Parts: sequence; C-alpha cells; structure tokens
Amino acid sequence: MSLGTGINTVDLVAAICFILALMGLSSPRWARLGTLVGALGMVLAVSFTFATPGLSRFGLMIGAMAVGVVIGVPAARLVKMTAMPQMVAAFNGVGGGAAALVALSEFLHAPAGSFATYQVIEALLGVIVGAVSFAGSVVAFAKLQELMTGRPITYPGQQAANGIVALAILGLSVATCVTPHTALLAIVGAVALLLGVAIVLPIGGADVPVLISLLNSFTGLAVAASGFVLHSVLLVVAGTLVGASGTILTRMMSQAMGRSLPNILFSAFGSVVEATGGGGGEARSVRSASAEDIGVLLAYSRKVAIVPGYGLAVAQAQHVARELVDLLESRGVEVLYAIHPVAGRMPGHMNVLLAEANVPYEQLKEMDEANPEFSTTDVVLVIGANDVVNPAAKNSPGSPIYGMPILDVDEATHVIFMKRSMRPGFAGIDNELLYNPKTTLLFGDAKDSLTALVGAVKRS
Amino acid sequence: MSTDIVGLFTVFALAVFVGFEVISKVPSILHTPLMSGTNAIHGVILVGAMVVLGEAHGTGQVAIGFVAVVLATVNAVGGFVVTDRMLEMFKGRAARPGEKPPAGGEQT
Repeated sequence: MSLGTGINTVDLVAAICFILALMGLSSPRWARLGTLVGALGMVLAVSFTFATPGLSRFGLMIGAMAVGVVIGVPAARLVKMTAMPQMVAAFNGVGGGAAALVALSEFLHAPAGSFATYQVIEALLGVIVGAVSFAGSVVAFAKLQELMTGRPITYPGQQAANGIVALAILGLSVATCVTPHTALLAIVGAVALLLGVAIVLPIGGADVPVLISLLNSFTGLAVAASGFVLHSVLLVVAGTLVGASGTILTRMMSQAMGRSLPNILFSAFGSVVEATGGGGGEARSVRSASAEDIGVLLAYSRKVAIVPGYGLAVAQAQHVARELVDLLESRGVEVLYAIHPVAGRMPGHMNVLLAEANVPYEQLKEMDEANPEFSTTDVVLVIGANDVVNPAAKNSPGSPIYGMPILDVDEATHVIFMKRSMRPGFAGIDNELLYNPKTTLLFGDAKDSLTALVGAVKRS
Repeated sequence: MSTDIVGLFTVFALAVFVGFEVISKVPSILHTPLMSGTNAIHGVILVGAMVVLGEAHGTGQVAIGFVAVVLATVNAVGGFVVTDRMLEMFKGRAARPGEKPPAGGEQT
C-alpha cells in the first residue's frame, strides 16, 4: 500500500539529482548539465519503482509509458519556440491531472474506513490542487493557443460566484473527512475542476504566463500531497521543491511586470481598457514612412537599438533581424537589442527566441542596462513590441499596465514602430507613443518589412 | 504511522527552504527554461502513478492508473526534452562568447 517507509537510498539520490537540476538552472553555464542530471534522477526513480514489492501489471505499465513517450516526445521536439508557453501549460496540466488521479485512486483501493482523518486530508489536497491545476492549465492553453479569446472573460458577480465554488469545495471536503466516501471525493474533484476554470477565465492573455508559473507550483504541491498519501519521500521532496521554487518564480515574474500577484489574479486585467483606450485611436494622426526612407535613416545612424517583441517571433523574423543587425554593424553602426523581461509571451521568452537565431549574447541588453543607452541612441526599431514600450505604464495611473517598468525608447532621437496594423498590443491598450512626433510607423509583416529594410540599407 | 508522518513533514519543511534558496538567484533570461525544468521535475508523479496502476483492483482502478501513467509520462519526458531543447541554444552561445555571427563583418 505504500512505497516503503523511511528514506530509501534511491529516493535520496533522485531527490539530490532534482536539487542539482534546479541549482544548475540558475546559470546558463550549468543549466543543460543540470537538466540532464534531473532526467537521470527521474530514470533512476522510475527504474527502481519496478522493484517495489507487491506490484504487478508491468506490461500494462510499460505500455502506458510507451503511449506517454509517443505523445510527449514529438510534441516537445516539434513545438515552435514561440509556442513554448502553451506547451509548458499543457505538460503542467497533465502532471496536475496525474497527481489528482494518484491521490484519488490511492483512496479508492484502501478498505473503507481504514483511512485516518489526516490521510483523508492529504488525499483531498492532492485531488483538489491537482484538479485545479489541470483545469486551469487547459484554459490557459486554450487562451495562449488562441482557441478562445485572450481577453479576460468577466461577468457580474464573478468574484462572488468563484467564492461560492471555493466554499462548496471546503464544505464538501469537511463532509468527506466526516464520512470518507469515494463518491464524495470524486465530487470534490469535479467541483475543483470547475474552480480551476473559474480562476483562469478572468485573467487576460498577457498575464497567463504568470498564471502558468503559479499553476506549475500548484502541481508541485499536488505531487507533494500525493507523496504524503503514498508515503513516498521522493514525491514529497520533488513536489515541494517545485512548489516552493514555483512560488518564488511567480513572484519574480509579477515583479518584472510591476504588479502584485493578487492584482494579476483578481483585477481582470484589461477590463478597464475600453474606458481608457477606446476608439480614440482611429481619429488621431500617425506618421508612416516607406522602408526606403527608414533604411537610409538606419544606414547613416551611429547607434541603433532594436526592441523585439512577440510580433517579431510570430513572423519568424528573428533571422532577418539578425541579418539587418549584421549589415548595420558592417557599416560601423553600433547595434544593441533591448530586451524587456517580459518581452514575448513569458518572462525570458525573447532570450530563447533570439538564441534560436544565433544572436550573439553580448548584443542583448536587459532593461536596466538598455535604458541609460536610449538617450544616446539615434534610432530605436520597435519590432512587433507594444506594451513594453508604452509610456502609459509611467504616465497614466488609470492604465492597467501602470507601474510596469518599461523601456524608455522615447528618449531616443527617432522611434520606428514596425507594426502590422494599428491594433493595440496583447494587453489591449492603446499606445500613446504611436502619436509622438518622434515616432514613424512602418506598416507590414515584420519579416517583409525587415527584408525591405535590409535591401534599403544595402542600396544606401 | 505517526512517526512516519512527522518524518514526511520534516522532509517537506526542509524542501520548502531548499526550493526557495535554490531559485532566489536565477537571472531573468532563464525564467522560461526554469519554469519548464521545474515542470519536468513534477513529472516524478509517474512513480506514484506506477504504484497506483500496479496495485489496482478491478477495471475501473486499472483504467485510472493507466491514464495516470500516460499523463505523468507525457509530463516527465516531454518536460525534460523541451527544457533541453531550449537550453541547447543557450549553451552553444555561452561556451564561446567571443564567437562572431557567421554572416557578420567587422565589429566596432
């Protein structure tokens, strides 16, 4: 009925492997080795599980794992780097689902009445947290994959409704403790699924990555709870590590966006947008120019800063961007990439995308390094980014992104915005910078525009 | 049984501190791989899923166990593969910081 009490050696070694994996992930130098060590720990733990006394159905087990590998490996190998956030959401969801099922079935095959109250509580935690994580991840995936709207979904009395669902779970949980019955536990799980959906619905697309990080730590805790149910030291250690580190990571991410976690979870980001941004945009005039003109401007600049955003990645324009940078550098122009911590669709995402295009590390400047550079920069090229350069974050206290640290591109002499259309950014907020007299717009697909710029620079 | 739960709680409490400590210095460029790496680690629920399947009684429980093993395997294997894929790109660059881009000309 249990994995054996006390700390057995394999658990210990595997747990150390996981800790080393996390330590490695703190520096780019050791990260890959650390991940390998973590994977070895996993293989070791799984191999020795086959030797657990009293287990049978090894054929079925291996069959199930084969199915898992057939689904997981191609998905992980083929996913585009731009789609990474939803991939992480998906993997997280299945993990949460597995944790909930483990806790549920451990409860299932214990003889009725043999569970002490604390064991019932452990099982409840595993089922509830796992189910919330599963359902939440599914909705987060759907939002990021644009299977449903990325806008916050709100309705009157939403907070109250969510509160009622949470209270229902609490009540049902108490009932399950009093009369430990499988059916009750299953109902708790079902209501927890509903809660998972309800929590994620009001969260806007731009905040979903922070949410995924939070759900990731939830899954860790669900695994830890299942570990308590199974008396497995390894599950408790690994689950708790993920739970604790995920909590810290979530906090660091929300700090990078200049907002508190409760604000992200409960403020229905973007719902105020209609009031502040609204239709004013169309009526105001913007300045646009041709790729030829901008190419000449770039070619005769001393210093150019590139601000890449998700639009660059969607257009798969990282390689052309690098080509343009190389070309400018060969003419003696100083070029840097200014990377906002939340550029892309999750923190650090843009670094991954540019690394994929072999952009040299030393050209990438993080926000704190980049901001002092703008006052001496001739041209800032904003490629498919919007919210991370929106001055509303500094100037308009009513804006949903107010307080988020931004790249101060308006300090440069010229700002070139490469955009597909006048549509606002992911957060759905109009950008004041577009109407700034310094700003010139270059409309079109990022890749086509960059290709045109490369040609224009070559000719000038 | 009661000493057992105390032991598990001890482990839990220590793991909380290790988890906080280990992550507190990670640079923001590694946030995405870190999220995906921790995601892979909680795939260790596979161990629990195997036990559940191995001890199941009756078709219903076997089915639940089977699904749990499939889901957990997707989590663990997919998580590690995707993390490695991301980090592969960082490693090539960090190893040779002075390397010039293939198409690049003179650097200033």
